[in-house]
Amino acid sequence: MTKKEKKGKMKKLSGLEKWQSERIDITQKRFRIGDYLAEKVIKGVAYLSIAIVFLIFVFVFRESFPIFNTSKPATETQVIAKQDSQETYGAVTDNGSAGQKQETYGAVSDSASKSNTQETYGAVTDQSAAPKETVQAGDSTNSKNKTSDTYTVSAGSGSDDNRSALKSMASKEWVPVSANPRYGLLALILGTIKITLISLLFAAPLSILAALYVSVFANKRMKELIKPTIELLAGFPSVVIGFFALMVLATFLQSVFHYETRLNSFVGGIAMGIAAIPIIFTITEDALTAVPKSFYEASLALGASKWQTAFFVILPAATPGIFAAILLGIGRVFGETMIALMATGNAAQMDLNPFASVRTLAATIGAEMAEVVFGDTHYNVLFLIGSLLFIFTFVINAVAEFYVKGKLMKRIQGK
Amino acid sequence: MSENKIHTENMFLYYSEKMALNNISITIPEKKVTAFIGPSGCGKSTFLRSLNRMNDLIDGVKIEGKVMIDGVNIYDKNIDVVNLRKKVGMVFQKSNPFAKSIYENIAYGPKINGVNDKSHLDEIVETALKNAAIWEEVKDRLGDSALGLSGGQQQRLCIARTLAVNPEIVLMDEPASALDPLSTAKIEELIVQLKEKYTIVIVTHNMQQAARISDNTAFFYLGELIEHDKTKKIFTNPDKKQTEDYITGRFG
Repeated sequence: MTKKEKKGKMKKLSGLEKWQSERIDITQKRFRIGDYLAEKVIKGVAYLSIAIVFLIFVFVFRESFPIFNTSKPATETQVIAKQDSQETYGAVTDNGSAGQKQETYGAVSDSASKSNTQETYGAVTDQSAAPKETVQAGDSTNSKNKTSDTYTVSAGSGSDDNRSALKSMASKEWVPVSANPRYGLLALILGTIKITLISLLFAAPLSILAALYVSVFANKRMKELIKPTIELLAGFPSVVIGFFALMVLATFLQSVFHYETRLNSFVGGIAMGIAAIPIIFTITEDALTAVPKSFYEASLALGASKWQTAFFVILPAATPGIFAAILLGIGRVFGETMIALMATGNAAQMDLNPFASVRTLAATIGAEMAEVVFGDTHYNVLFLIGSLLFIFTFVINAVAEFYVKGKLMKRIQGK
Repeated sequence: MSENKIHTENMFLYYSEKMALNNISITIPEKKVTAFIGPSGCGKSTFLRSLNRMNDLIDGVKIEGKVMIDGVNIYDKNIDVVNLRKKVGMVFQKSNPFAKSIYENIAYGPKINGVNDKSHLDEIVETALKNAAIWEEVKDRLGDSALGLSGGQQQRLCIARTLAVNPEIVLMDEPASALDPLSTAKIEELIVQLKEKYTIVIVTHNMQQAARISDNTAFFYLGELIEHDKTKKIFTNPDKKQTEDYITGRFG
């Protein structure tokens, strides 16, 4: 041993001795800067995430807000002067009326009188809506002013415009680009609900049973094979699933079920189900695996078979987790845009037949947002759809939370 | 000793390669309480679990030799394990009521065995809870969650749940080890009552408990059965030195 090493060892020993001999002082409160900062940063990040979600909602809703602006025409004449500056926001500077302006996007660009009778896209000529249009076209030069006192600017949406747009929302027709635009949301909402139901009916039983198999029945090797394979599906871009549905699934399902339209809510629902399966599966599997092993043993020791144990003990015990899984699956399907665009046929129609084409809320935004005039009524309506998606998801989550926590769990697990 | 209920002959048990039970030959009489004592890791719980084939759930367990219950080798190929476990019930160390109501906990066993008649179920639940001496405490709140009960009540609930399937043998793996003295006393009292109807095998770390409640005691050490005899004899005049050392607290 060299001198240096000896010295090092000596020092270490004395360090240890120092450590052991040190008195712990509790009389003085110390300010720990590291702890303080770490706490603040973590807190900040948590608040930030809440703020971001809130701000997104505020933004989306703000963009859709002008649609609700339908005050009386009496005040409208006063603020016309501001009109010019507003229009710099719009992509197109247009001196004409709102009615005409919209017609620049439609194939038919005619005088206001002609637009009454002619439809660009909608097959149906709506008799009752047509006369309104005339009034609207005449009025809207004046009515634009209403938007000027809010700083959200809509190039084309006057309050009368908005009024008829709002009115048309309760209708069944989605014909946003036309001389006589109608923004009927009912068909879109129905389409979304329909496709969500179909995909859930397809995906939820499959993934829950698969999860049950993996967590209760499968041996270790099977488990290690199945779990990552299904989870791999979660990483699939939805455009790939959509493409697969469009090219392969649609043809295959049509040849099996012999329905008329090739792309419909059934095909779309199955395709979205494929996208939702890994989400529901993973979370359900985690929930099932988290059920204490003692439940499993206790049930078997009572003379229950494996599947009885899985079905009557493990599944009920994992109910909250399974509900969370299904909710996330709903969220995924609800907001899924690409698959909806590619595989559902995109025809907004009120039809309960699962083999009819549908158009979803999200797909509508995806398809039309790029081609809409900034600040237009159509633009506002699309943002309103965005808010709707937001609100729906929120409501579903809230209801499920209260229902599952409040009632269902009590029924299953006792009070 | 009265009629033999359980009987093993040259039984060996391996976890993968490691031998956990070494040549166990024991005879357990009917309607008596038999206690297994011994230090941790000596194989007494493993042996208990092999009596209703709970060890099947663990990968890599291999068993050699004979384990006879009522003269039938339970490791035979055509044994129905589900029915075996109905016949040989088990109460675990940690109370493990299901996340269901008290009533559903008890009714679960009969239900999966095909009892669907509500009044019949009610009767079974009441009898089982009475037999487990917990009826008076829970009769007004059968619909409440079983998880809201105290530890001792939960354990008695688990015993009631086991009794509700009408087993012949009840295996108990340290049923009172996590309980306070009062709850322990209640459970011990219960065990003594139960031996009128059931054959009870209990694993315990508590020597006084074994002395208090059991008719026979078996001492396990390092996977071997060292001694098995009347409790009185084991605790007063054991044949083997190891047993005496363990009981008097000199080791283990």
